Amino acid sequence: MAEAFVFYGLAALILGFAVLVISTRNTVHSVLYLVVNFLLVAMLYVMLGAEFLAAIQVLVYAGGIVVLYLFVVMLVNLKRPPETHQDPRRQTRLGLALAGAVLAELVAIIVYSSTGESVPAAAPAEAGMVEGNVEQIGMLLYTNYLIPFEVASVLLLVAMIGAIVLAKREL
Amino acid sequence: MLEITTTHYLVLSAALFMIGVIGVMVRRNIIIIFMSIELMLNAVNVNLVAFSQQWQHVVGQVFAVFVIAVAAAEAAVGLGIILAFYRNKETVNIDEMNVMRW
Repeated sequence: MAEAFVFYGLAALILGFAVLVISTRNTVHSVLYLVVNFLLVAMLYVMLGAEFLAAIQVLVYAGGIVVLYLFVVMLVNLKRPPETHQDPRRQTRLGLALAGAVLAELVAIIVYSSTGESVPAAAPAEAGMVEGNVEQIGMLLYTNYLIPFEVASVLLLVAMIGAIVLAKREL
Repeated sequence: MLEITTTHYLVLSAALFMIGVIGVMVRRNIIIIFMSIELMLNAVNVNLVAFSQQWQHVVGQVFAVFVIAVAAAEAAVGLGIILAFYRNKETVNIDEMNVMRW
């Protein structure tokens, strides 16, 4: 009962702030709504028992990525609003038809999943697993997924160098 | 209705993803489009964590960590490109970003 209450409240807030992110005219406000959205998703992770991921979400998304966005919004000081330009080739009718098809598909999925039989019960946790969310992720990350982990670190290094090269005026 | 199952999380994730898609297609400001992409990546993460809880296995959360790492790299490079483009063209409107179209 309490869980349902919290879930529906969180879901409504997450979707509401997501709509605000894409509908607000002022870009700075949009970024701030995005922070709130990320923090609410972190709360959803706590509900799902993923505490480590909730902490990472707050640190990396709300703390790192959004600050990067704010910096760019402040640097790209807009003199005229970018939404005034109208594309004459915009295909409104085709877009509406596609959106209707996607909506019908989503409604069909929801109806089917609420009437169909539920998924089988959760598989029992592996024997010999360590306790605790962070320990489990650490064990998996440094054993089975060691190579993807190293590749991700190389990717981050490349992205860092790339961002510096792109943002520099001349090398 | 009062019991929260994995389906509830998946429907929330689908709705969040659709809001991201709508943001990418409707808005013309490239910074807003990047934020919509972040929303979509977040929806994917919710999906992964919901299934991680469903199967009582933490591998979904490991994948979500990788998604967050890739999102950080994407944001850094993408915003670098936006800055470089803005320096040349003085615009963030994607309708005017057509130098590589043909």
